[in-house]
Amino acid sequence: MKGSEIIKVHGLIKDYSMGKQSFRALNDVNMSVCSGEFTGLVGPSGSGKTTLLNIIGALDNPTEGDAVVLGKDVNSLSQAEGALLRNESLGFIFQTYNLLPVYTVYENVEFPLLLLKKSKQERNEAVMKALEWVGLTAKAKSKPNQLSGGESQRVAVARAMVKLPKIVLADEPTANLDAANSHNILKMMLKLNEELNTTFIFATHDEKVIAYLKRKVVLSDGKIIDDITLN
Amino acid sequence: MLIIKLAFRNITHAGLRSWLNVFVLSFAFVMIVMTEGLYDGMLQQVKDAVVDSEIGGGQFWQKDYDPFDPFSIENSHSKIPENLLLEIKKGNASAVLIVTAAIFPRGHVQSAVLKGIDPSQKIVKMPTYLLNDGSDTASIPGIIGSRMAKSTGLHSGDYLSARFKNINGTFDAVDIRIVEVMNTDVQSIDRDQIWIPLKSLQKIYRAPGEATVITLKKDVRYYPSGEPGWTFKNHDYLLKDLNDTVRQKKVTASFMFILLLGMALLAVFDTQVLAIFRRRKEMGTLMALGMTRKKVVLLFTFEGCLLGILALIAGAIYGIPLLAYFAGTGLNVPQVATQAGISIGAVLYPKYSIQLYIITSLILFISVVVVSFLPARRITRLKPTDALRGKMA
Ligand SMILES: Nc1ncnc2c1ncn2[C@@H]1O[C@H](COP(=O)(O)OP(=O)(O)OP(=O)(O)O)[C@@H](O)[C@H]1O
Ligand SMILES: [Mg+2]
Repeated sequence: MKGSEIIKVHGLIKDYSMGKQSFRALNDVNMSVCSGEFTGLVGPSGSGKTTLLNIIGALDNPTEGDAVVLGKDVNSLSQAEGALLRNESLGFIFQTYNLLPVYTVYENVEFPLLLLKKSKQERNEAVMKALEWVGLTAKAKSKPNQLSGGESQRVAVARAMVKLPKIVLADEPTANLDAANSHNILKMMLKLNEELNTTFIFATHDEKVIAYLKRKVVLSDGKIIDDITLN
Repeated sequence: MLIIKLAFRNITHAGLRSWLNVFVLSFAFVMIVMTEGLYDGMLQQVKDAVVDSEIGGGQFWQKDYDPFDPFSIENSHSKIPENLLLEIKKGNASAVLIVTAAIFPRGHVQSAVLKGIDPSQKIVKMPTYLLNDGSDTASIPGIIGSRMAKSTGLHSGDYLSARFKNINGTFDAVDIRIVEVMNTDVQSIDRDQIWIPLKSLQKIYRAPGEATVITLKKDVRYYPSGEPGWTFKNHDYLLKDLNDTVRQKKVTASFMFILLLGMALLAVFDTQVLAIFRRRKEMGTLMALGMTRKKVVLLFTFEGCLLGILALIAGAIYGIPLLAYFAGTGLNVPQVATQAGISIGAVLYPKYSIQLYIITSLILFISVVVVSFLPARRITRLKPTDALRGKMA
C-alpha cells in the first residue's frame, strides 16, 4: 500500500568540516518516500546512511539542497520548530536503545506523550497499548538496566510508536541484537507498518533487516547508487 | 510544569547522591541561620546590658574626653551645664566624673580610674545606693566589678589606697573601702574602675560641680540644645564598636558553615558538570524525542535548582523547630563569650529575624541557580547529532 509523498529530498549535500578540509558525506542525494513505506538506506559503513537519516529527522541541517518532511523544509525550521516536528510526527529508534535510565519502562514509553501534553488517561491507554504491541506489559515497572538488549529495543519501539507518528526513523536498530531478537523486532515493526500504515525508514547494513525491507535505497560514498523496490 | 516534574523525577531517581547534596545544603543553611541568630541574640543581649548599666539613652561627653586615651582624662572635666543640671535634678540624667589614679592593692601599683557617681541615681542599673554607706568616715566607699576584683585580688570589705593628681596638679591620696563587688555583663563599667560617690570625688579632686560624662535616662527624649564644651553621643556612636565586634565575630563563627555551603555548592556544580558530560546521549535522546534545546537546558538547570529548593524545604522542616526551641530555652554559653571580648549572661537567647531567614534562603537559592546554570549553559551549543553520538560540541 503506497500513499502520498511525505519525504522529498532534493540535491542534498552534506559537508563535514574537519579542520581546514571538509568532507562530503552526502553528495547530491535525491529521493522521495511515500507514506506506508518500509524502506532501508543500505550501504557500507561511512556511506552516509546516518547522515541522511538525521537530516530527514531534522536533527541535522544539510549544507546544500533541501529535504521536505511532511511538507516542512527541515533546513528552514527553527530549532523549536524542528523539535515540534520530531515530537509530533517522528519516532526514533537507535542502535543503543537510548532509554532514559532513571525512568521505568512505562515512564520511558510515556515520555513523548508528556511532551505532547496528553492527559493522564490518554497517556495510560496509549502506553499500555504500545507495551502490548511489543509484548512488554509485564515489564512496565522495570528499569532499563533490568532489561535484556532485545527487551530494551522493544521498549524503544514502543516509545517511538506510542504517539502514532507518521514516520519512524531507525538507525541500525538490530546492530546490538542477536538473530532471534532481530527477527522478533523486525516482525513487530513490519506488523505495525502494515496495521497502522506507519512509514519506516532504516539505516542499516544488516542482512536480516534488509530481508524484511520493501524498498532498498543503496548508498555509496554519499551517493544513491541504486533504488530497488522489493517483493 | 513538565520540566519540574521531570527534574523531580531525575533528582529522586538519582537517589543517594541527590539526598546527600540536599542534606549538606540544608545543614549549612540551618547552621548559618543559627549562628547568625546566635550572634544577633548575643548582640541584643549585650546591647541591652550596655544600655541598662552604662549608656542609658545616650551620653554627653566633655569635649576632651576620649575613653581610649588615658591622658585625655586629666583634662576632660567641666562644670555641668545648666540645662543638664536641670535634667539631673528631674531624675532624667546622671553625672559621672572620671579621674585617673594609681592604686596599691596587695602592695603592687596598678593604674585605675576613679568614677564618681551619684549614689542615689536611677539612670543606670548599678548598685550605687550601696555607696551611701557612711559607717566609716575615714574612708570612701567604693564599688568594683568582678573582673576588677579578680585582677586586683580585692574583696568586699577590703581597703585600698588610691593616689591621684588633683585639679591643681598636686598629688593626693584617699582610702577606699570596697563595699560591693558587683557582677556585671558589661566590661566597660568594670575593668580597672572603682566607683565612688560623685560628691566625694569632686571634693578630693577639688572640682566641685564638675563631671566628665552625663548619662541620659534610657527612653528619655532629650534634644541637645547647645551645651558648649559638651558633645552628645548617641547609641549609634556608643554601640559602634560593639556592633563592629559582633559583625566580625559573626563572620568568623559562620565561616565554617559558609565553607560547608561552598562545598555543597561545589558538589552541586560537580554533579552538573558531570551530568553535562555523562548524560550527553540522554540530552540527544530528549532532543530527538522532541524537546527543544532550551527546555533541555532548563531541565538540567532546574535539576540543580531543585536540590536547593529541597534543601530549603528540608531546612525549614527540621530547622524551624530546632531554632524555635533554642530561641525559647536559650543556650548555655559559660565564659566562651567573655573570652571573646564581649560578655553576656550564662544563657543566650538567639534572635532570628524573618530578614535573616529570607536573606540566607535567597543567597543559597541564587548560588544554587548559578552553579546549576553555568554548566547547563553549555548545552545551548550542543548539536543533537553530536549529543546522540555522545560527543561534546
Ligand atoms: N560529525 C562528523 N564530523 C565529521 N565527519 C563525520 C561526522 N559524522 C559523520 N562523518 C563522516 O561522514 C561519513 C558518513 O557518516 P555516516 O555516519 O552517515 O555513515 P553511515 O553510513 O551511517 O556509517 P555506519 O554504517 O558506520 O553507521 C563518514 O565517513 C563519517 O566519518
Ligand atoms: Mg550510521
